[in-house]
Amino acid sequence: MTLTADPTTTLPTGTAVAATKRIIILGATSGIALEVQRQLSLQGHELLLVARSPERLAALQADLLTRGAQQVFTYSADLASIHQHASIFDFARRTFPDVDTVLLAYGSMHDQRDSEASVDTLLEELHVNFVSATALLTLFAADFERRRTGCLAAITSVAGDRGRRSNYVYGSAKGALALFLQGLRSRLHPAGVRVITIKPGPVQTPMTDHLPNAARFADPKQIARDIVRALERRSPDVLYTPKVWRYIMTAVQHIPEGIFKRLSF
Amino acid sequence: MSGQSAASLCKQPAAPPSVKRILSWGRYPKIAHHHVHKPAWNDQIPEILKAAAPGSLLPYGLGRSYGDSCLNAGRELIDCCRLDRILGFDEATGMVRCESGVSISDIIDTFLPKGWFPSVTPGTRFVTVGGAIANDVHGKNHHCAGTFGAHVLQIGLHRSNDGLVVCNSEDNSQMFRATIGGLGLTGVIAWADIQLKRVAGPWMDAESIPFQSLGTFFDLTRESNERFEYTVAWLDSFAGKNARGIFFRGNHAADKGKEFHPKRGPKLPFALPTWMLNRYSVKAFNGAYYRLHAARKGASVVPYDSFFYPLDSIRQWNLLYGQRGFLQYQCVIPENNLAAVEELLDCIADSGMGSCLGVLKQFGSAPPSGMLSFPRPGLTIALDFAMHGERTLQLMQSLDEIVQQSGGALYPAKDARMSTVLFEASFPRWQSFVPYIDAKMSSSFWRRVTGAQ
Repeated sequence: MTLTADPTTTLPTGTAVAATKRIIILGATSGIALEVQRQLSLQGHELLLVARSPERLAALQADLLTRGAQQVFTYSADLASIHQHASIFDFARRTFPDVDTVLLAYGSMHDQRDSEASVDTLLEELHVNFVSATALLTLFAADFERRRTGCLAAITSVAGDRGRRSNYVYGSAKGALALFLQGLRSRLHPAGVRVITIKPGPVQTPMTDHLPNAARFADPKQIARDIVRALERRSPDVLYTPKVWRYIMTAVQHIPEGIFKRLSF
Repeated sequence: MSGQSAASLCKQPAAPPSVKRILSWGRYPKIAHHHVHKPAWNDQIPEILKAAAPGSLLPYGLGRSYGDSCLNAGRELIDCCRLDRILGFDEATGMVRCESGVSISDIIDTFLPKGWFPSVTPGTRFVTVGGAIANDVHGKNHHCAGTFGAHVLQIGLHRSNDGLVVCNSEDNSQMFRATIGGLGLTGVIAWADIQLKRVAGPWMDAESIPFQSLGTFFDLTRESNERFEYTVAWLDSFAGKNARGIFFRGNHAADKGKEFHPKRGPKLPFALPTWMLNRYSVKAFNGAYYRLHAARKGASVVPYDSFFYPLDSIRQWNLLYGQRGFLQYQCVIPENNLAAVEELLDCIADSGMGSCLGVLKQFGSAPPSGMLSFPRPGLTIALDFAMHGERTLQLMQSLDEIVQQSGGALYPAKDARMSTVLFEASFPRWQSFVPYIDAKMSSSFWRRVTGAQ
């Protein structure tokens, strides 16, 4: 008996979708990406997953095909390593010449104190979350701009909305990425290319397990639902998820610096 | 990133221990854990096993075991819920390979639209495949399908010493039989091959029949077990040996072509005050439940979820029993021992501590799938008791005596207090299971009933 998840036998059985989309996920093994991919599979889309571990990609591929994805391609690469970006981009273009959506979903969160004690850790955190992300987005942006279509989405964080004592290194990298996306959105708008900044609040994923109160963080399924819905629609440009974080962060951003610097969170 | 965080988790015991409260379904006992690992990938399990001290780990699924068999007081758990990938499906045979954290609910949602259903399902869909194997769970079709383990074809098992061990009824067959019903003690299940069965659709031809004596119950069972795939009875635990109840039986219906919309029920938001469930309110509930179903007796076509999982329609129903939690008592009394069954029911009725959720089911004669499998020929009775401290425990002790004298057994998955003596009487061959326990595994239950360290 062969154990294969044959795409021809797993036609989507759920609600019919308007059209199958070709979606690239950069950082397919991240906690939020896992749930997003599941929901996209239920809708019968075609996926290209990029992540480091070939074993994990193989498990994901089997799972998503069984759950209804039309096709699942995988590419194993280290997204933080910029010299691998050209081959990632090349594979993506050959696999999905007419890609509809690119979702950048990877990130790294070290303990803030490690980044304070070690410049190497600090630079690595900035490199993974900001530098490598902008490098990749730039490649796909040019392609979308030339084709005058598509949607670029990236997961940043509410931590990027204000520098906090406990998490400002991660926060500044994600905040810088949000600024980058803001400018990119404006650049690509005339070409009809959409750019979505996704700002999740704290989510229960392997990245945040070590944080206090992790059990109270949002369910990644809920975050994924919001993201998938945002990918389908024409708006918003900036997605806060869960939605309450839009209001929380508006309030947080309005606290005067003289008071804010005394807060320890 | 997950790889890094797993590695850092493993190093953590040196740091101040994170004390985690994880409750089983009965919310009793309330104990703290030293640490809870949450691997997202199978490749992280070997690191966790390697870094652990002997006897320190236990895999944990959705926590639907009622007592302490899924707990590991003061030690560590491996929460397997993120290991929830379906690794393959053979459309021709209905065999699915999945990781241990995949739930029965997920299997139904994924495969019922393709015409497949779990061969055996317990009374809740919110159990993991790993948990269903570790407890060798049974369902309303035990009399014709046996236990969950009878439909497990192969298991990939992480062992701390031997790496990934693949076992089935031919290769490593003893490890296979130890792991089925092995309470998570033989290692961490990486994946399992499960045989699903063909069904026409989500509908059930169901019938409910009121009965007012044990004799009628046995007659109904005898008459129904040949014609109906699923049989079970609800029991009014205040009626004593007169055994008033409702007999439910059903088969998968031919496709009705009707639109099927799964419903999501309400959720109990917090633990109810303990006084709300007292002998008067529970007795009133039982009476009302009986009259409601007696009035609605007869055949009907119902959706599968209300037939198999009536309790799942209220999420977190276990909070009904208040802060102190509850105990479930599930025993099996060997066949032809009507006297013991009557004595048991009388004892419960006399105590006035009966529950809303009494269940009666005649097990079939299928040979056990695992070394420590609970089901065996006879009548199984399951009842909930709100935890009222000593008097609840004393009632259960008197029930123990009846069960033990009858040559019966108690179900570890439901237990938080059985004695060593009753455990050994229930599982006389437990010693032959011991060699298959992984050196890094232990559980609160196992230490309690065997005195292991």
